[in-house]
Amino acid sequence: MSLIFYLLAALTVAGALAAMLLKNTVHCALALTVAFAGLALLFLNLDAQFAGFAQILVYIGAVAILVVFAILLTRGSETPQGGVFSRSWLAGLTAAAAVFAVFAWAVAASAPRLPRAAAPATAATPASTVSPAPAVTVEQIGRALTGRYVLPLEIVAVLLTVALIGAVIVAMHEKVEAK
Amino acid sequence: MIARPLIETSDQVFVLLKEWLVGFLPASWQPAAGVVLCVAAIVGLFPVLFALTTVLERKGLGRIQNRIGPNRVGPLGLLQPLADGIKSLTKEDIVPASADRVVHFLAPLVLVVAVFMGFAVVPMGRNMVLVDVDAGLLFYFAMGTSTELAIFMAGWSSRNKYSLLGAMRAVAQMISYEVALLLSSVVVVMMAGSLSLTKIVAAQNQYTWGLPHWYIFTPWGLAGFLMYAIATTAETNRSPFDLPEGESELVAGYHTEYSGFKFALFFLGEYLAMFSISGLGATLFLGGWSAPFSFLTWIPSWIWFFSKLMLSIFVFIWLRGTLPRLRQDQLMNFAWKFVLPMTLLNLLVAALWRFLGEGWERWVFCTVILVVAYVVMGRMEMRREHFGPRSYRYAE
Repeated sequence: MSLIFYLLAALTVAGALAAMLLKNTVHCALALTVAFAGLALLFLNLDAQFAGFAQILVYIGAVAILVVFAILLTRGSETPQGGVFSRSWLAGLTAAAAVFAVFAWAVAASAPRLPRAAAPATAATPASTVSPAPAVTVEQIGRALTGRYVLPLEIVAVLLTVALIGAVIVAMHEKVEAK
Repeated sequence: MIARPLIETSDQVFVLLKEWLVGFLPASWQPAAGVVLCVAAIVGLFPVLFALTTVLERKGLGRIQNRIGPNRVGPLGLLQPLADGIKSLTKEDIVPASADRVVHFLAPLVLVVAVFMGFAVVPMGRNMVLVDVDAGLLFYFAMGTSTELAIFMAGWSSRNKYSLLGAMRAVAQMISYEVALLLSSVVVVMMAGSLSLTKIVAAQNQYTWGLPHWYIFTPWGLAGFLMYAIATTAETNRSPFDLPEGESELVAGYHTEYSGFKFALFFLGEYLAMFSISGLGATLFLGGWSAPFSFLTWIPSWIWFFSKLMLSIFVFIWLRGTLPRLRQDQLMNFAWKFVLPMTLLNLLVAALWRFLGEGWERWVFCTVILVVAYVVMGRMEMRREHFGPRSYRYAE
C-alpha cells in the first residue's frame, strides 16, 4: 500500500463524502465527479489503462453530465426547504453497515491471492520480491469481449438499445391530430 | 554522404536537444527531468501558436469580409496578441454577486487542464510523443469529454439565464457530436489494429509508387475524415456550430460573466482544443508526421505535422468566415439523423474493404456504397419539417 494509493483513496472518499454532505445539489454532483476521477486514478495506479480511461470517458464524460442535466431540468437545483436527512436513518445505517461488512469480508478474504501480497504491507518494498501484475493490452480485452464474453457484450448492446428507444419514446413529439 | 546524418539530425533535433539538456543531471533524476522538459515545451509552444492563430484569424476573417483586420500594433498587426494579452491581464476580474464563487473560479482551470492533457498522446514527430500509451486514442477522448463538464460548470455558476442556456446548448451539442467523433475515429482503429497513436502513424507511413498510405486516400478514410472534420467543428464550438456562444443571440453564452484573465483562459482553452483535435485528425487520417510523397521525406517530420495542423486551422478559419450559423435543432438533427448513420455505414464499408482484399473491386464498391448512401440520406433529410405546439405524453 503506497503513498499514492492513500492519497487517491483519500481523494475518492473525500469526494464521496462531499457528495453526501454538501447543501447545493449541483455541488454534490460535482463532488461525485471528483469521486469518479479518484476511482479512475486508482485504476490507472493498478496499470489497468483501458479501465481507467473508460471510467473517465463514461463516468465523467457522460454519467456526470447526465446527473447534472437531471438536476437542472427538474427542481432539484433549488436548495431544499425542509431538512435533507431522512427520518429512517437507523435503517439506512444498518443497510450501509451490512454492505460494508460484506465488502470488507470479500476484500480481506481475497488478499492472500493478490500478486503483491507476498511483500509485507509497508511502504518500502524492493521491486524484485514482488511478482508483477499481468499487463493487459487492449487487444486482449477485445479478444476476450468478442470471444469468451460475447454473450454479456450482446446483452449490454440490447440494454443500450432499449434505453435509447425508451429515451426517444419519452421525449417523442406527440402527433398533432387537427391541423 | 553527409546529407543523411544531417537529415536525421534535423528530424530528431528536439529529441537530441532534450537528451543533451537532461544529461547534465544525475542519472536517477533524468527520466523525470525529461518528462518535465517535454511538458514545459508543450506548455510553452502551444500558447505561442495560439497567439499567432488569433492574429491570423482576425486578419483572415477580415480579408474574407473585405476589410483589413487589425493593423495598428506592430508590422501588419502581428503584435496584436501582445496587446490582447496585456489587456486581459490588467482588466478587472468581475464576479457577479450571486455567482457561485468556487465553481466560477474552477471552470476555466478545469477546461485548460483537460485540454492540455490531450496533447500528451499526440505524436508530433518521429519519436516525439510525450507518453506512448497503449490506449492513446481512448485517453485523448477521455480528456475531451472532461471539457464538457467545465463548460457546464462555467454556465451554471454564473447564475445568468444566458450563460445557462448557452452552457446547456453547448453540452447538448458536444455530447451529440462526441458520438460521431468517436465512431469516425473507430474506423481508423479498426484498420490500423491498434488504439496507440504511434502505431496508427506507423501504419500510414508507407509508400506505394511514391504515394503514401494515408487513410484519407481511401473511400472509407475520406468519408471518415469529412465526418471527423464536421464533428470537430462542432466539438470545439466553432462556426457554423457556434450557437452556444453566438454573439448575436446569447451575449457570449457560457462565458458571459467572465472578464479579464479568466476569459482569456476560456479563449485559450477553445483554441488549444482546436489545435489538439486537428493534431489528432492529422494523426488519424493525414498520416501524422509522415511526408506526402516518398521523395519529400528529407523534410523533418515535425515540420510536416505542424504544417498539417496549421492547414486544419486555416480551414477552420475559412469555414468561420464563410458559412452561416446552424440553428440548434438543425445542428442536432444533422448529428443524429445524418452523421451518425453515415459513421456506422462507414464502419461496415471499412470492414468490406478489408475483406474484399487487394484490387480495384474494393475501391469501386466502397465508393459506390458511400456515395449512394450520402445522396439518399441527404435527400431524405430535405423534406419539409412541420412545426406545431409540442405536447409531451409522459410529462402531463
